[in-house]
Amino acid sequence: MGVMKRMSGILQAKTNKLLDKAEDPRESLDLSYQKLLENLQKVRRSVADVTTAKKRIELQATQLQGQADKLQQQAKDALAQNREDLAREALARRAALAPQLAELQTQHQQVAAQEQKLIATAQNLQTQVDAFRTKKETMKATYTAAEAQTKIGEAVSGISESMGDAGMSVQRAQDKIDAMQARAGAMDELLASGALTDLTNPVDDIQTQLDQVSSSNTVDTELAALKAELGTAAPAQLGTAEPAPSPTESGEASA
Amino acid sequence: MIVRILGDGQFDVAEADRAGLHALEEALDAAVEGDDEEVFAAALAAAVAEVRRVGTELPADSFTASDRVLPFDDATLAETKELLAGPGGDER
Repeated sequence: MGVMKRMSGILQAKTNKLLDKAEDPRESLDLSYQKLLENLQKVRRSVADVTTAKKRIELQATQLQGQADKLQQQAKDALAQNREDLAREALARRAALAPQLAELQTQHQQVAAQEQKLIATAQNLQTQVDAFRTKKETMKATYTAAEAQTKIGEAVSGISESMGDAGMSVQRAQDKIDAMQARAGAMDELLASGALTDLTNPVDDIQTQLDQVSSSNTVDTELAALKAELGTAAPAQLGTAEPAPSPTESGEASA
Repeated sequence: MIVRILGDGQFDVAEADRAGLHALEEALDAAVEGDDEEVFAAALAAAVAEVRRVGTELPADSFTASDRVLPFDDATLAETKELLAGPGGDER
């Protein structure tokens, strides 16, 4: 049997379970409606969870970007005070933040897409709840128990199938959020430790050298750009230039 | 024929369009039997696109059971295999 037919069987199996519970098919209408309401609430909770996860990622990205900006400023300050070594160190750490920021961006896109899908699922379910509330009463009034078997069975199958779909969507979103939470927790620890960004902290020499190897190209390019921006053409001329006092407080860099 | 795309909605595919979809369905079956995520992703994307292209989306309050169901449009091969191995999915 083909995949698409088997997938349909999976959703039908859920339908049968629901129908088996009701002795009178008309009871299955109320049961379905009840399940539909529960489902809608589950999806809404899931939307709230996804939104929370998205906000957490946004917060982390803002923090990281802030630290990247701070390091950029520190590099500028260090260079203005002729401390190329410190400027290089600051730029190296800033470069190390780039992959983390990129990772957060990817996560943000994923979680936003997830949020959109769940919101659409919630809207569809809401439409079904509203329509089914009236429809089930009409069906109960129209059909006798004997007639109801087929007609109601069809409607309940349809309802049950979309609940199966919604249930799977919620489960899927939840799995993704769980994985994301674990990564977000690790990122929070990294941010809290300041290991990546605090220039006043002496860091492991070997790690610094390793970082510099991987990011030396970027650093050289950015160093050149900064020099150009400050109008310091060649390092040899730095000594002859007027020592310009830094306009900002830069105790860390000049210490 | 009513086709559901998980996490998306239901589409009515007309008799005339079934042949085209059938070919894509067979490609999807072959991809699920295989072990290549990329091949599967391409087969799934093609089937999903075809259903959306030729199908008429049913309103959310249509309460109709589907004849065919497609996985989530971004489902992985591993995820799909797991789903098919679950309750109701093992009857071939």
